[in-house]
Amino acid sequence: MARYLIPLVLFIILAIFLGIGLTRDPKLVPSPLIGKPAPAFNLPRLHKPDEKFSSQMLKGKVSMLNVWASWCAACRVEHPFLMYLAGRDAVTIYGLNYKDERNDAKRWLVQYGGNPYTSIGYDHDGRVGMDWGVYGVPETFVIDKQGIIRYKHVGAVTEDVWQKTLLPLINKLKAE
Amino acid sequence: MPVPRILFSILLLIWLLPVQASIVAFDFDDPQKEARFKKFSEELRCLVCQNQSLADSNAELALDLRRELYKMINSGATDDEIVEFMVNRYGDFVLYRPPVKTTTYLLWFGPFLLVVIGLVILLSVIRKVSKQQDTKLSEEERKQLAELLKDKQKEN
Repeated sequence: MARYLIPLVLFIILAIFLGIGLTRDPKLVPSPLIGKPAPAFNLPRLHKPDEKFSSQMLKGKVSMLNVWASWCAACRVEHPFLMYLAGRDAVTIYGLNYKDERNDAKRWLVQYGGNPYTSIGYDHDGRVGMDWGVYGVPETFVIDKQGIIRYKHVGAVTEDVWQKTLLPLINKLKAE
Repeated sequence: MPVPRILFSILLLIWLLPVQASIVAFDFDDPQKEARFKKFSEELRCLVCQNQSLADSNAELALDLRRELYKMINSGATDDEIVEFMVNRYGDFVLYRPPVKTTTYLLWFGPFLLVVIGLVILLSVIRKVSKQQDTKLSEEERKQLAELLKDKQKEN
């Protein structure tokens, strides 16, 4: 009997592992930056090029840094929801305008319903994005009061992502 | 008419210029640096199109990273520094050759483990089979066999 059971059990174990593999999204690469201080930057702001938006400003309160660009299609999807969050003052949202043209980015914000960001860094050559390990826009980082990256979401921030993942985490971090 | 034909050829060549310009070449003063650049751009994964290396990929990010690699190699960064730069940003996933550490032991040594398990099973099966061939019949079994054969003969 065992002679027939062993291959069957092995097959079932293999099928379970392969099945789990199928449900995972290979595009989601775990970020090595989780639990580490936000990589330092000092960028000109999108709307006020003479002023700076730096990584120092990420300290002191829980915030989200949203990486976006006018050429990014999925950013259009999440933009109304970011506007909704900003309107409700749910969390401070900073922007990192990644590999974009200043005028295109400004026009895009007007065209798609406004500016949800407290401050936007203009990362024209994408060098800051590289330090943050950005590989697919939009990406959203959750940063705690100490300026440490606690979570990274790749893809659009939707109501579902917000309710299930981001909001519980942000509430927890605010209580810390 | 030869003139339009020449004109046409020239036009074709002009048309080819932007095609050539889209391939960004990196010039090195030292062939050793060029070899390192080649090695690294083939061993690092492009995160946008995941089954391509930095050398193969035409994604914006891959181009940026090749440029960064070029800068690092020219400024004399060591191999470890280059790997550290990439892993700090994109994780071990960026390496086509993952490092040997506790979480990757199974990946590195799993195949050898399977070979060992296979050998053990093979040996035990061989031993079992050869034992079966060696077995001699006991006195009782021989009697039984003789009787069975006798029955068989009667039937015939």
